[in-house]
Amino acid sequence: MSTAIELRGVEKSFGITSVIRNVNLTVAQGERHALIGPNGAGKSTLFNLISGYMVPSAGSILLRDEVVSGLPPYQINRRGLSRSFQVTNVFANMSVWENLRCAVLWAAGYRYTFWKNIDNLPEVRERTARILSDINLTARRDVPAGLLTYAEQRALEIGITVAGGANVILLDEPTAGMSHAETERAVELIRRLTEGCTLLIVEHDMSVVFGLADRISVLVYGQIIASGTPEEIRGNPKVREAYLGEEAA
Amino acid sequence: MTETTQSTAPPYPAAAEKLKFYGLWVGAAIALLLLPKLFSSGGSLTTFSLIGISIIFALSYNILLGQTGMLSFGHAVYYGLGGFLVIHAINIIGTNKLPIPLPLVPLIGGLTGLLFAVLLGWVSTQRSGTAFAMISLGVAELIASSALILRTFFGGEAGISANRTKVFRLFDWSFGPQIQIYYLVAAWTLLAVIAMYALTRTPLGRMCNAVRDNPERVQFVGYDPHVVRYLAFCFSGFFAGIAGALAAINFEIANSAYLGAVQSGTVLFAAYIGGIGFFIGPIVGAIFVTFLSLGLSDLTQVWQLYFGLIFIAVVLFAPGGITGLLMMHRPLLKAGTFGRVLPSYLITFVPTLAMLAGLILATEIIVYYAVHGGDDSHIKAFGIPFDAANRYLWALSAILLVGGYWVARKTWTMVGHAWDEATGGAREKGAIA
Repeated sequence: MSTAIELRGVEKSFGITSVIRNVNLTVAQGERHALIGPNGAGKSTLFNLISGYMVPSAGSILLRDEVVSGLPPYQINRRGLSRSFQVTNVFANMSVWENLRCAVLWAAGYRYTFWKNIDNLPEVRERTARILSDINLTARRDVPAGLLTYAEQRALEIGITVAGGANVILLDEPTAGMSHAETERAVELIRRLTEGCTLLIVEHDMSVVFGLADRISVLVYGQIIASGTPEEIRGNPKVREAYLGEEAA
Repeated sequence: MTETTQSTAPPYPAAAEKLKFYGLWVGAAIALLLLPKLFSSGGSLTTFSLIGISIIFALSYNILLGQTGMLSFGHAVYYGLGGFLVIHAINIIGTNKLPIPLPLVPLIGGLTGLLFAVLLGWVSTQRSGTAFAMISLGVAELIASSALILRTFFGGEAGISANRTKVFRLFDWSFGPQIQIYYLVAAWTLLAVIAMYALTRTPLGRMCNAVRDNPERVQFVGYDPHVVRYLAFCFSGFFAGIAGALAAINFEIANSAYLGAVQSGTVLFAAYIGGIGFFIGPIVGAIFVTFLSLGLSDLTQVWQLYFGLIFIAVVLFAPGGITGLLMMHRPLLKAGTFGRVLPSYLITFVPTLAMLAGLILATEIIVYYAVHGGDDSHIKAFGIPFDAANRYLWALSAILLVGGYWVARKTWTMVGHAWDEATGGAREKGAIA
């Protein structure tokens, strides 16, 4: 099986504070990989490094065997990696439809086009409509994204992330702050939308993690202490001590 | 097209809507054509020409501020350079008898604006926000002071002039009479407005909005926000150059004032007062500000002070500008609840007007003592003669100002309640999301 994401000896420090320490991680193509760990372990930082939002202090990050560390986010996105944000990060003054369409445009090949009417691009229209119905926001199509409810914004966040058709998807706590019922719906949505994609997901809800992931990595204090199938992780004493044990206590 | 697309995508505009849309543009063209028949004096033709120029300039500014979220303090650079190049171009065309007719000359101004935007924009559009604003200010100062130093090109304090009638003629139009200039400006205004409107409906135009809303997220959908800002900046420079060219053709002179901070400030005022959140906003603002600056300057010496007060009032109380204020009422009109706010508007009108009258009276009296202290105290402001030394008038202005404010404040809360009730009613009827 070929690898989608590979991290080789990645380090990140802010001043003298070392946040990510010698992380090696491999995510195979088509795998659903969950990243868990206590608060402040560096999960979001790791996402920022992989997506190009931050540059690693040392080590390298490969996307399908191609070094991407050091590239700006849009270059990495164009190579087929898309991410969502822990804190909702949408285009607040634009409608749901416009939000999704903006996320479709580059991948559809329109780039910085200024000689075509955006409403007359059938393939963009079709793809946007499909994502809109996938995230169940058809009824809210023309509402400015800033006026959506929290759960709706989270759904839009996922919609924007997958709209460009990237096949490596990074989701940063997609169900954070959701009720139990909302979480169930969100997991179903994620499962459906990332069909056939490589998925790397940060999640606190253990039922989501163990239900969704093929493999799990545990990040504690900037280091990966264990990596394996859900059964292996459940049985790992180090993990129980560092992470799961805390929850049980 | 799949079934999902048909059921979920916004419907394509119906034939009637399309007709209405194109009818609007045709209507605008006819109105521009007929305007001189209704107001044929030289003065009004000049006013209309200035409004047209101001509309193009304000819309070009809004490509930056309203659409891409870049606050520029130096937009006059591209306007002014367009103007200067066009004056030189007219002189060169005239002396060398080149076969370039005057109606095409504004394009030279546009290309000049574009060229300088291409050259100066790459660095300044790296960042938006404060960094962009500061760089735009610095570049503007640099160019404006060069205009005074490089005398051979910019003509120093006096500027440079040209004779537009010496240019190659097409269909025997000399472009001497103002009516011909009016039609030239009107045609270019219509073209530029259509082009700038079309730009907002392209993929680039929409990505400009996305960059305005959230430049960070734009990077994660494949776009480089710097490139988006840069392209917007170039378009903006192009249209500003056309506006400057038309101004130069209209006045047959270009001087350093074209490039200066006042010019940059005026276009910001016009766009903001009109409403930067709407395409039509800067058009409304350009018309309003042109009339205001022409009209107020006849009525009072300190018209710029009132201008500033209006600007402050808009920023504080109506950040959506005039257009925003009008658009707020659209759902109420749709739902038929406008009648619930109207009485409160009429009631608040009286004390607010009294307050403003007191403010104006006090201002004019203070200006008299501060500026013309020793002169005859019988002065005239807004066409009304009065004695600035009259103590009763002082008292009256104080009573109007304080009393007016005191009463007006109560009526403002009334307007607030009426507004809440009216929007509540509109929401029930589904006119507001």
